[in-house]
Amino acid sequence: MDSVKKILGIVWLLLAVVVAYYGLTVFGLPKIMSDKQEDNVFGWIILVILVPIIVGGLAVFGWYSFKGEYSEDKI
Amino acid sequence: MSKKFKTQHEHDAYVAEKKKNKTIWGVIMASSLGTLIEWYDFYIFGSLAVVLATKFFPADNPTAAFLSTLATFAAGFVVRPFGALFFGRLGDIIGRKYTFLVTLLIMGFSTFLIGCVPSFETIGYAAPVLVLILRLLQGLALGGEYGGAATYVAEYSQPHRRGYWTSWIQTTATAGLFISLIVILVTKTSLTPEEFDGWGWRIPFWISILMVGVSYVIRRNMKESPLFAKAKKEGKTSTNPLKESFGNKLNFKFVLLALFGAVMGQGVIWYTGQFYAMSFMQKVMNLESAQVDSMMALALFLGTPLFILFGWLSDKVGRKPIMMIGMLIAIIAYRPIYKTMYNSVNIEEKVLAPKGLVEKRTAIAHEKIAGDSLISFHTEKTFTDGTLLKRDSIVHWAATGPVITNGKAEAPLVKESITVNPDTRWLLIFLVFVQVVFVTMVYGPIAAFLVEMFPIRIRYTSMSLPYHIGNGIFGGLLPAVATYLVTSGKDAGHPEWYLQGLWYPIIVAAVCLVIGTLYLKTKNKSLEEDQH
Repeated sequence: MDSVKKILGIVWLLLAVVVAYYGLTVFGLPKIMSDKQEDNVFGWIILVILVPIIVGGLAVFGWYSFKGEYSEDKI
Repeated sequence: MSKKFKTQHEHDAYVAEKKKNKTIWGVIMASSLGTLIEWYDFYIFGSLAVVLATKFFPADNPTAAFLSTLATFAAGFVVRPFGALFFGRLGDIIGRKYTFLVTLLIMGFSTFLIGCVPSFETIGYAAPVLVLILRLLQGLALGGEYGGAATYVAEYSQPHRRGYWTSWIQTTATAGLFISLIVILVTKTSLTPEEFDGWGWRIPFWISILMVGVSYVIRRNMKESPLFAKAKKEGKTSTNPLKESFGNKLNFKFVLLALFGAVMGQGVIWYTGQFYAMSFMQKVMNLESAQVDSMMALALFLGTPLFILFGWLSDKVGRKPIMMIGMLIAIIAYRPIYKTMYNSVNIEEKVLAPKGLVEKRTAIAHEKIAGDSLISFHTEKTFTDGTLLKRDSIVHWAATGPVITNGKAEAPLVKESITVNPDTRWLLIFLVFVQVVFVTMVYGPIAAFLVEMFPIRIRYTSMSLPYHIGNGIFGGLLPAVATYLVTSGKDAGHPEWYLQGLWYPIIVAAVCLVIGTLYLKTKNKSLEEDQH
């Protein structure tokens, strides 16, 4: 199970990259470039707050998983 | 008849148990009532958003519209986690009781004051600025409330009953939503539409201060959590809970595990079952608004006791199995459920009743453009099964013919609403109730789960942040992401475009299910153990 978690750590790191890509290109940037003010506000909140929290958290989780921090003897 | 005991020890144990139960019921009452009021306060803002927009954020004013968007998104996404950090830290340093007295007062007064702010017409830009500040204070207070209430009850509970006792806190978000719907419904039906629009909308906000007053008195008379009081007496509390919670890998990895292995999935399932179901029926199925409100209220009312059931069950079989099974069933069942909901009002398959068609055409002069008129086409179709479809389309007609914009005739403004027959109504209530069951499975045990994950010295801080990120951010993003997916699906001509929005909660919950199943331990933990 510990080796599964290490492999999954890489999966979560890749998922963080995917989420960053979609968060920026599908939601964040188009909304910032929109003419509607409500989209601009939401776009900035996505770029500056939501994407960093989600992507950063997922990446750190993936890194910890890969490094064995969630192995059976450590939790 | 008095209970008979074989020994004095048995008698003393029985008396002590009765005393503990009386204490815990007082603790639950103090915590739950306040948390329920805070949820109610938070929800009435969203429920009355359309009215608030006309009073404080006129759509034709860009600055006011900007402030409106900020109030909507920032309060839900940004401020709640900050509230969690700020009040979590306070709660771990000075104590649970005083911190969640403060959050209650902040929420109560903010809500009451929203109801007192004069409109944009009266005081100009000061109005939306004041409402924005008060809404942000609501978000901040909510961010601090839940962690305090859950921790407070859990630290009073006996270990083998923690799931059961904390599940009472878990009913408060749903109960708060239910009560907000009822209060608004009663206020609306007690007043004329003009009275409600003029001043009646303020009543649900004012009512809050009465409820907060009662809750404050109850909470003020409670003692501090015994476990925290003991830790403070022994000098075992933290002086810097933020650093210990998030600056220390040993604890931070558990914060991340709580978020990605439990709360993230719980947040999307909670929002799907309680908010997405409502907006799907209103905006995708075009059901009549009051009927949706009443169906939701009934489904929530019927489902709420299950929070207690699954909290109790989690004491017997573990928190993890119930939460993970709830997530798994939701992932599998969402698409069939929503497909059934959508097809229950598929007008194309219905048969028009004899004399079931009513059509009316009226024309009125355009208020702002001389010579132009607005032509309304009103259609009512009654079908053999009792379903009623109302369709209103308004065409802007110039003196010379249809109004042309960018080389094309201006599209009519179309509003459609469907009132379902009683059989369909009960089917929809049942399908929403099933979704509420998923909510109760993932949410019922989670307070005890989160409390058990962290040591007492940083518990309030550590559990509050993942909770508000999982619910405020992952759950809060659901409307925006789901709307985008549905719109994209419709534009692409996808045959089941109306189901596309569900991919967001399904994928997020699936990731959470994998992480939770593989990484979380099944056995419930004791609060007194060293967690790491």
